[in-house]
Order: sequence, then structure tokens, then C-alpha cells
Amino acid sequence: MAAPFETPVLGDVDERRIPALKPGAMAASKPYVAAAAHQEPLGFPAVLADGWEAEAVSHMGELLGKYRSLQVFMDACVKCGACTDKCHYFLGTADPKNMPVARADLFRSVYRRYFTPAGKLFPSLVGARDMTKDVLDEWYNYFHQCSQCRRCSVFCPMGIDTAEISMAARDVMDRIGQGQKYCNEIIGKVHKIGNNLGLPAPALLDTLEGLEEDILDETGVAVKLPVDVAGAEVLLVTPSADFFAEPHVLGLIGYAKVFHAAGVSWTLSTKASEAGNFGMFIGNYEQMRKISLRIREAAQELGVKRIIFGECGHAWRVAYSFLNTLAGPWDFLDSRYPVPQHILEFTSDLIRRKGIKLDKSGNDGMVLTVHDSCNVARGARMGDKPGGQFTIPREVIRASVPKLVDMHPDTICEKTFCCGGGGGLLTDELLELRVKGSAPRMEALKAVVEREGVTHMAAMCAICKAQFTKILPYFGHDREMVVSVHQLVSNAIILGDND
Amino acid sequence: MAYTSNGATIDADEEGYLIDINQWNEDLAGQIAKDEGIAMSPEHWEVVNFLREYYSEYQIAPAVRVLTKAIAKKMGPDKGNNKYLYELFPYGPGKQACKIAGLPKPTGCV
Repeated sequence: MAAPFETPVLGDVDERRIPALKPGAMAASKPYVAAAAHQEPLGFPAVLADGWEAEAVSHMGELLGKYRSLQVFMDACVKCGACTDKCHYFLGTADPKNMPVARADLFRSVYRRYFTPAGKLFPSLVGARDMTKDVLDEWYNYFHQCSQCRRCSVFCPMGIDTAEISMAARDVMDRIGQGQKYCNEIIGKVHKIGNNLGLPAPALLDTLEGLEEDILDETGVAVKLPVDVAGAEVLLVTPSADFFAEPHVLGLIGYAKVFHAAGVSWTLSTKASEAGNFGMFIGNYEQMRKISLRIREAAQELGVKRIIFGECGHAWRVAYSFLNTLAGPWDFLDSRYPVPQHILEFTSDLIRRKGIKLDKSGNDGMVLTVHDSCNVARGARMGDKPGGQFTIPREVIRASVPKLVDMHPDTICEKTFCCGGGGGLLTDELLELRVKGSAPRMEALKAVVEREGVTHMAAMCAICKAQFTKILPYFGHDREMVVSVHQLVSNAIILGDND
Repeated sequence: MAYTSNGATIDADEEGYLIDINQWNEDLAGQIAKDEGIAMSPEHWEVVNFLREYYSEYQIAPAVRVLTKAIAKKMGPDKGNNKYLYELFPYGPGKQACKIAGLPKPTGCV
């Protein structure tokens, strides 16, 4: 278990304080380093080998050439300071290296040394640093204190995306033999077993059968959770946590009820039994592509016409923003529907067309607020109008519950704070970081609990749900305060009689 | 890290999860539980034994709901819920009970 630490004292969301700096406060925070058994199946070196310094610089050069954006981010920072107080990890830990500009400078200082004339000639004058083990360890610790949520980039007048810098740094580290255990072990399981959990097909089938029994017991209606059904209309790709954890599974039951009530045939796939794509977290294009291709193969093998993604934040970013280049073209799917589609788009469309009926009394006594997931808010969109990723989830929640209130405007929509566990940091050894990093979200939540009587917070991402389940008790809340959006739909939907 | 049980050294990962599930024994389970601040009661053993049975059939720990249903069957409906399991295993039944049962840690967004 993690060493004891102090839970942050929450302040006033209307006057968020900028913490007094505590240099080095989180210098020792780091996730477990991947062992050879986690590195090698991904094609990464087992350990740091002699000459890794030159290798690292060479990989940096390759990434700078491949991604023009990265090159621009290296050169464009004018040190204006707009980002300094925007990161949840800085606000929660007060460690100045968690200011986005300082984090980016860890990478930038090495860039300057090897890729700029001034840094090559006068390194100390321009803040250029040699690639040394100390620098690498600093990279490792602080690039694993960035959840790649991109909140800082909303405020950067130059458009610098620290998430992309953090992805590049992680990619370099993987390729010289210092990867992160949590992400790489999980990616290995996706390749070997088909999902992040390592849930083999027989266990998946057993779990789904149990859920069908539960739904029948609760509702008297035989709602199915089909797997590997060839010829189904829709392939649902959802995070494997939806099969395993609470409140995730209540969301899965919600999706199943929506498909049932709408009369749309659907299937899960044992091959693509995971929506998540941790290839993005480690910034590795090849891994991202390989993981995405499973979905293409499953869709083709099953002959589906549509692909719908379940509630998973970063999966939706990969799906919405990159899937076409990673695994397209998708010309074998029905072009009348978005490729791919989000389950919230699917459900909201049905609500509008009265294809499903909802009875809010199913959620009587609940006052909801909603946590916008970073990757949905800032890395993707829903529907066909700007801001659809904010209005569509709210539309679905409003149709399902008696009351929905928003948290402070500085903490929602495009300015949403990360849950504190995104970007490949949802691992136990980083618990202190996760609790401290959740403080800005908890501050905003506390305000609506006190002022508006909020009882529950809806989330639309498996990471957010798991993170909040873990950290809510640190702030005096019940762990079951976090709910899946489709859990609310599930409680409200009218099954059976839809005439 | 490693444990010593019945005179043998048993390897575990950084967090204390066993490397080889076959090296598990009841004495070791008690030792891991103690490190976690848990005194094993018959109710703890019911959970641990179910986890091991399920794992031997499916090579994965059961989903939380599968576990709560099984416990409800064995120990009564008042105990077949998440709250009760958290009382037994405060760090979370998924992870803490798996560690004591010698199972690998569940990974992913859980």
C-alpha cells in the first residue's frame, strides 16, 4: 500500500487559490518501471542498455521530424505563464515542476541541447541540458504526473499541447527501455487476451450471462448481452471495466436496455472486447494502430453495419479523432450513420425521436451533476454541432433524472478538470498523486453538494469512474456517489411497452 | 519483494502480489492479510476461497458483481453487496482480496 499522505484541504471554488510553491514536493512520485516481461512483447528493449543516451536523442529527432506539432511546441513557448495554475496536479501538489511549462521544459531543455544551434554552442546560456540518467529519471517521474488531459492547452495563447509532449517523452522512454509497468502490462494483455483486464472469452461469457439473469430478475424482461453474433447491426466496443467493475457495469446494463428498447440488433466481440487504447497514453503510434485494427477485424468478421463506442474517454478520442487514419477506410460500414458513433449519440438520438421512453421517477431522490471527461471534452466531439460533447451527455442525463446542476463554469466543458487518474496514471502506487490531483474537481463538487444538494456525479469514462470510486471517500463522500451516465438511463428506461 | 512461508521463499511483485499462484498456501494468505492490516475471519476465507475457485476455472478474478452474487448465495443476501465486501477488505475487494488469495492484480480501468 502507498505511504501515508495528507488529503488536500479544499478551498472555495469561486476564489481558487494558487498554492504556495513546494519545490520537489513530488520529486519521488513515480510509477513502477516496466520489467522485461512487460517491455518485450511490445517490441521495446527490456532494460536501459549502454548507449541509451544517443538512442534517446535519435528517437527525439525522429519524433520531431514526424510530428510538426512537436517541433512547434518546442520553439513556440514564450514563458507567458498562462498555463502555470491550470494543471490539477500543480494545484493539488504545489510542486512547481507540475506547472505545464515546467513539465514541457524537461523535454525542451534536451531538445535545445541537441537540436538548436544556441544549445549546441552555449548550452548553459539557453537552459539546454545533456541527456543524462538524472534527466531521464526526472522525465520518468514528471511525465507520469501528467494525465494528458490538455486543460493547460486551452489557456496557452500559443496552442502548445503539453499532452503531446508528454506522449513523446513516454514514447522515447519506452524505446530506450524505461517504460511504465501499468500501461505496458495492460497493452500486452490486449494483444494476448483481447482486453485491458485480461478477461478471457469464457469468463466474459459467464459474466454476461450473469448480467442477463440479473436484468431478468429486476425487470422481468429478457434483455440480452449478445457476443460474437455475426450479422448484427451494431458492434459495441466498450471498456472491459464495463464487464468487471462498479459502477461501470451498471452503464453496460443501460446500453443493453437501450438497444433492447430500440429494437436494434447488436453484439459485443471477444476479439475487440476493449475500447480503451493505451497506445495513446504511451504515445506510440504503432501500438495505437495495432490495438485499433482489432476493432476493424472484428467488425469485418461479424459483418456489422455500425460501430458504437461505450463510455470510455480516451477511447472516444482515439475513435473520433484518429480511427480513420489508424484503421480505415470504413467503407464497409453503413455511411448513413457516424463512423464511429458514441453510445450517448445513439441514446440521445433515440430520446429525441421518441424511440425510447424514459421515466425520471426511476432516479427519484437523486440530484445529479456531471463530470466532463477530459478526452471527450477536449479531444473529441459528439453530434453534428460544436459543443455537442457537452450538450448531448447533459441532454441524456436531464431526460433521465429529476434534477441536473452544473459545477462551477471554470471546471466544466472545455475547462473541465481531469479526474486525477487519466492518461495511464490509474495505478495504486500513484495514489497520492491521484488524490491530490483530484482536489480541483472535489472543490467544485463540494460547492454543488453544499449549495444545490447534489447527491451523485455522473461520469462517462471508465477511468473517471474507477478513480472517483477510489478517491471520493478521502473527501468524505460515499464511493457510490459516482454513477455511469447509462446507469441513469437504465434506471429510467421503460422496457417492454414502447408503443 | 518476497515472502517466507513454511521455510520457503516465495516471490512477489513490487506490491506483494504473488508471481506464481501455485506457491500460495493458507499460512501465506494469513501473512499477506496481516501486512494489509486484516485478521482473517471465516467470512474472509469464504471470499478468498471463492476467488481461487473462480480463478482456477477462468484464469481471471471474478467481476465484482459475480463475487457479490456468489457471496450472497453462500452467506446470505445481507452480505452479498459491495458495502459488506468493503468492510471485509477496506482497500477494495477486487484488489486486496486478490492479493490475499494469491491471484494477480486486476489491471485496467478498475
